[in-house]
Amino acid sequence: MSPLKDKGTAIFYLQKMMEIRQFEDKIMDLLAQNIAEGGSHLYAGEEAVAVGAMAALRPDDFITSTHRGHGHAIAKGGKLNELMAEILGKATGCCKGKGGSLHLADVSTGNLGANGIVGGGLAMAAGAGLSIKLRKTDQVTLCFIGDGATNQGVFHESLNMVGTWRLPVIYIVENNLYGMSVSVKRASAVTDLAKKAVPYNMPAVTVFGQDVLAVKDAVEAYVKSARAGNGPAMVVCDTYRYYGHSRSDPRVYRTKEEEKYWAEQDPIKLFSVKCVKEGLLSQKDVEELDKFVENEIEEATKFAIDSPLPNDAELFTDLFA
Amino acid sequence: MREIAYWQAINEALSEEMTKDPGVFIMGEDVAIYGGAYAVTRGLHAKFGDERVRDTAISEAAIVGAGLGAAITGMRPVVEIMYVDFMGIAMDQLNNQIAKIRYMFGGKTKVPLVIRTEGGAGRTLGAHHSQSLEAWFTHIPGIKVVMPSTPYDAKGLLKAAIREDNPVVYIEHKMLYNTKGQVPEEEYLLPIGKADVKKQGKDVTLLSWSLTLLHCLKAAEELEKEGVSVEVIDLRTLAPLDIDTIVNSVKKTHRLVIAHEAWKTGGFAGEIAAQVMEKAFDYLDAPVCRVCGADVPMPKAPNLEKLAIPNKDTIKKAVKELLV
Ligand SMILES: Cc1ncc(C[n+]2csc(CCOP(=O)(O)OP(=O)(O)O)c2C)c(N)n1
Ligand SMILES: [Mg+2]
Repeated sequence: MSPLKDKGTAIFYLQKMMEIRQFEDKIMDLLAQNIAEGGSHLYAGEEAVAVGAMAALRPDDFITSTHRGHGHAIAKGGKLNELMAEILGKATGCCKGKGGSLHLADVSTGNLGANGIVGGGLAMAAGAGLSIKLRKTDQVTLCFIGDGATNQGVFHESLNMVGTWRLPVIYIVENNLYGMSVSVKRASAVTDLAKKAVPYNMPAVTVFGQDVLAVKDAVEAYVKSARAGNGPAMVVCDTYRYYGHSRSDPRVYRTKEEEKYWAEQDPIKLFSVKCVKEGLLSQKDVEELDKFVENEIEEATKFAIDSPLPNDAELFTDLFA
Repeated sequence: MREIAYWQAINEALSEEMTKDPGVFIMGEDVAIYGGAYAVTRGLHAKFGDERVRDTAISEAAIVGAGLGAAITGMRPVVEIMYVDFMGIAMDQLNNQIAKIRYMFGGKTKVPLVIRTEGGAGRTLGAHHSQSLEAWFTHIPGIKVVMPSTPYDAKGLLKAAIREDNPVVYIEHKMLYNTKGQVPEEEYLLPIGKADVKKQGKDVTLLSWSLTLLHCLKAAEELEKEGVSVEVIDLRTLAPLDIDTIVNSVKKTHRLVIAHEAWKTGGFAGEIAAQVMEKAFDYLDAPVCRVCGADVPMPKAPNLEKLAIPNKDTIKKAVKELLV
């Protein structure tokens, strides 16, 4: 694993992970208070995947996101204020209040969008990869999907297309052990998800998804290879979502022991402890960063709550270019 | 009579039919341990076990298509698609396989399959979780389409759908699950393909289904106080269409307003309007009026979501405008 040399990078990764965590905790609060309506699939616990994967990208690379997309949007460089406002359906949101949590995307950051349809980004990612090839750039597309999405037909069709045409698409499979309530064991004939890349002629590796550097290293290697024209790959990240699938989820399908085990593998704790141990950051640095992020989130929340809803006339705008 | 919730009525129908017929089984995403995204199948997994209440992978095409395969080989599946919005993934199975197989093979097979799903707006879930797509299904010959608005209808129609030897798309509404209504303890079935005249009236016929029907009843009640006599019809089944009940009502009131949450363009109201024109043109004193969803993807913003679908007031306004 590549050693972390500079403090700036360490702070950047930690800050992004903290932003995602606190953003999600705040959304949970807002849902409980009915300030946020509707559903939200929260990314808390999985921060190292988005932050590590995005650390391997350039700003002009693309991602396709999922229904659990807040973390991807933040890590790809979306502005907290606009993301928070979008989740509340406000006019100042990055999608003008028309998308919401399930369709969260600051498209100016190369995020092709969160998706209400499980597997909805898969074919799109193939197309973005094809476009890169046809336009002859060295961009790449990261396609984020959950373990559950690997059972959709479009997963297999898309990987076959990308594998056949050797497109610069890297699949980031967030294996958090469940698709809603159904465990990988009960949903997938193959539980080693990296094997699902094999028939489509692409390399795959499984990494501990709570380790931001492990994710970054694995994704970086494949990104480099894809930029050089060597085609697609898959990184399976073993991870865990802390909250229930949605607010009303009583989580009867998983055990307290399992939840406790994963709570001990907290990506933010693991990384900050490592940084302190290696002398890159002091405990005080970590605490100050945490406070700084808290302020950022407070500000974003205030911005979102104080923002107006869209004008009624917006109902009919934006349908066609 | 006892009152139970809409979700409970559906749950009872499933439980009763599974008890009665060992060929009936349920499969879908999160229907077993979780009890369904809207908790409709809660308790059934504990009662009937893994074999008959099956959690599937997230594979809508296979869920719906496997339902067909099981149905034509001796079982009576009830498959669940969590949101009607996800039916797009299964549309080839529905359109090319399920709807056509009996006809294509000269009537030599039966398809006793129910596809339960759920649609509609109201929870600010945005464009992929709020749609009303019934017109996709009514367009296809060979499928029955049921959309109950009350617990009583939900139970009686689902039991009938499970006993049907034809494919039925049975669409619930997410904002109806906790509504309550009278449902008898004793067993009953309701005929698929029969509309229900909810309220007699003489000035105008107001036709709807699913959640919007409840808005129509409220609108009619208020209009009554303002001196307008409204006949309200709950279509309950869209296909086959009970056109006779509609035409008979129009012959009496001479005016028809159709309200539904689905998009106006290509929505099922258009089909009904055309049939009423064909069958009762001379009885109409005004053009058939449609109060429908705005022709846009459902926006997230709560104010825009409200604006995008009919409500009591927009329905009232349309009725009044038709009467002047
Ligand atoms: C096509 C489709 N089917 C079902 C759903 C409902 N649903 C939303 S998220 C989800 C689970 C997805 O599991 P996974 O891909 O593992 O992602 P995770 O939620 O674990 O991040 C399901 C079943 C959906 N949104 N779209
Ligand atoms: Mg998962």
